[in-house]
Amino acid sequence: MNQGFGFLDDLAVREIRRGLLKALAIPGYQVPYASREMPVARGFGTGGLQISLAIALPRDRLKVIDQGADDSVNAVALRRFIEASCPGLETTTRTVEATLIQTRHRIPEQPLSPGQVMVYQVPYPDPLQIVEPSESRRRRCHAHGDYARLWVRLYEDMVRFNEVAISNRYPARVAGRYVIDPSPIPRFDVLKLHQSPVAHLFGAGREKKLYAVPPYTDVEPLAFSDVPFAVEPFRDATGARRTCARCGAADTYLDELPQVGAASRWQCNDLDRCAERLGYPGDSDHDEHHAGP
Amino acid sequence: MGYVAMRGGEHAIAEALNALDLLRAGATDPGADPGEALTIAAIRHQLRLLTDRVMGEGGLYAPDLAALAIKQAHGDPLEAAFILRAHRSNLPRLGTSPVHHGGELRLIRRISAAFKEIPGGQRLGPGTDYLQRLFRLDLLNEDPQAVRAAVARILGDEIQTKIPAMEFPGVVAGLRQEGLLPPSRPAQAAIDITREPLALPVPRPARLAHLVRGETGGILAMAYSTMRGYGYLHPTVAELRVGYLPVRLPHPLTGELVEAGEMLITECEIVATHGGGPGKGGAAGKEGGQPRLLLGYGACVGHNEVKAIAMAMCDRAMLNGDERGPAQPAEDPEFVIALVDGIESMGFCSHYKLPHYVTFQADLENLRQAAHRAKGAL
Repeated sequence: MNQGFGFLDDLAVREIRRGLLKALAIPGYQVPYASREMPVARGFGTGGLQISLAIALPRDRLKVIDQGADDSVNAVALRRFIEASCPGLETTTRTVEATLIQTRHRIPEQPLSPGQVMVYQVPYPDPLQIVEPSESRRRRCHAHGDYARLWVRLYEDMVRFNEVAISNRYPARVAGRYVIDPSPIPRFDVLKLHQSPVAHLFGAGREKKLYAVPPYTDVEPLAFSDVPFAVEPFRDATGARRTCARCGAADTYLDELPQVGAASRWQCNDLDRCAERLGYPGDSDHDEHHAGP
Repeated sequence: MGYVAMRGGEHAIAEALNALDLLRAGATDPGADPGEALTIAAIRHQLRLLTDRVMGEGGLYAPDLAALAIKQAHGDPLEAAFILRAHRSNLPRLGTSPVHHGGELRLIRRISAAFKEIPGGQRLGPGTDYLQRLFRLDLLNEDPQAVRAAVARILGDEIQTKIPAMEFPGVVAGLRQEGLLPPSRPAQAAIDITREPLALPVPRPARLAHLVRGETGGILAMAYSTMRGYGYLHPTVAELRVGYLPVRLPHPLTGELVEAGEMLITECEIVATHGGGPGKGGAAGKEGGQPRLLLGYGACVGHNEVKAIAMAMCDRAMLNGDERGPAQPAEDPEFVIALVDGIESMGFCSHYKLPHYVTFQADLENLRQAAHRAKGAL
């Protein structure tokens, strides 16, 4: 490999790539790895960053998003760092053009196509953490496929709130075996992992774990047969689906922007998808400059 | 449009750096003299304990780089240690040293709380324990000439930079000979926790390696919990040593051991008089049927006595946990190891400043739906 390309030393690259291969071979299994300390703070995406740096090639086109936005400060900081350490690599804000997409909290709205790779920044790699603090006990549960306490937690939610009170990081079973924490994506995005044509690579830098959902793999959110899994409804008081105030889309994940003395404004969270629909592909800020709210 | 401020990336990041530089230069306080630029030497010497702490938590013995990091981080120890760690992350491993012993230290300080007199003698050395914490107003406007004069007065004519090495028997060696301490365990190979994934249960070398890089305050809190009833550990400081350790490394060509330099370290051995808490089976460790004292070991980079003592207590508490199952938080290696790293906890705490509006929106949708349903049910 190229000396100096990708910031990480060769041993780190080798360890991460091997870890990813193992993660892809055992879908949903959390592979422990040493996790290098990066010049970026733990919690700011060091896990995703290490994956991107370990697999990026000069011919890649990289998109980095945070909360669905390419220009969010952390996305900018990470993109700048990857660009600087991977000479030759191109960056883009367009989902359809990207070969490598590093993300925090969202999966892009546009359907992904074969050959693309998704890289997730993960704060908590283990779905069992909400019911068991000890990692050695959690590892045993995973080994035995014992998710009973997670099911009990879901059941208790049903009894107490008449619904499962997990809004994001919704636990999902991969390939019928391991249950994963799909990172803090909203429920809205969890279904996109099912039979997805791309590889989804998850990196938890602080917790020192790698895991993956390979292409065309079953991913089922944990749900009871009589209480189907439901995504964020985005409905107004009349029950109608809210639409994006900019592009009019009625099928996207929305940001709510509170207004003084008026009803909240709703608009697409995925700015690239919104710009595409508006006819300004690649210019997600377009109507902020020209039209205004 | 409350989120616009969080976006618009490039420009905001550049301006943040400018704002930091302005603050460091004191430019926000019009008319005030920002003072002379701090030299690296001034930080190393006059802020020596901070430099030591940053080297320890940064995991790299590099006083000049640590001083630079302190300057760059505006004196924030965690930020400074973080800069050092990020630098160290990709440094190649040039070799592995053999096991070094505290007996090789060129001591500047050595005390024992266990005996009035110890072979080799107690040496108070530089310590703040018996100083009154009153202001020294003469430092307000310190004159370099006066500093030099004071140095000359203390040292006399002879400027002594060489500290003689001293061979001494450790305090615990005597206890061991008497059979009051169990014999040394066979040495376990060191574990490079930055290159190997964490194994569970956490082996002792990995625990000690985590503690060496741990945040002083975090380790202190863990150790203090064992003093405050979350555990029942009454340690006696058998020996606390501060000194320069000559570091020997195999020569890259001949393989012969050569002295590559020396580093200031603090080392502490505690003996615990209670192996178990009340009702936890015995007042002292029992190995081979005979009640014995129990050892805890701590060592850290630089001069940091609280960290070395607290580390030794954590080590002992975790060993107690090994023997009869962790009954208290500080006896559980997973708990201690996961929590004492300042760089990681600081990073994760800071990350909550990142925008979380996607997950928060998901929460809101969930709550509103629940409220809606509750209304419908009425």
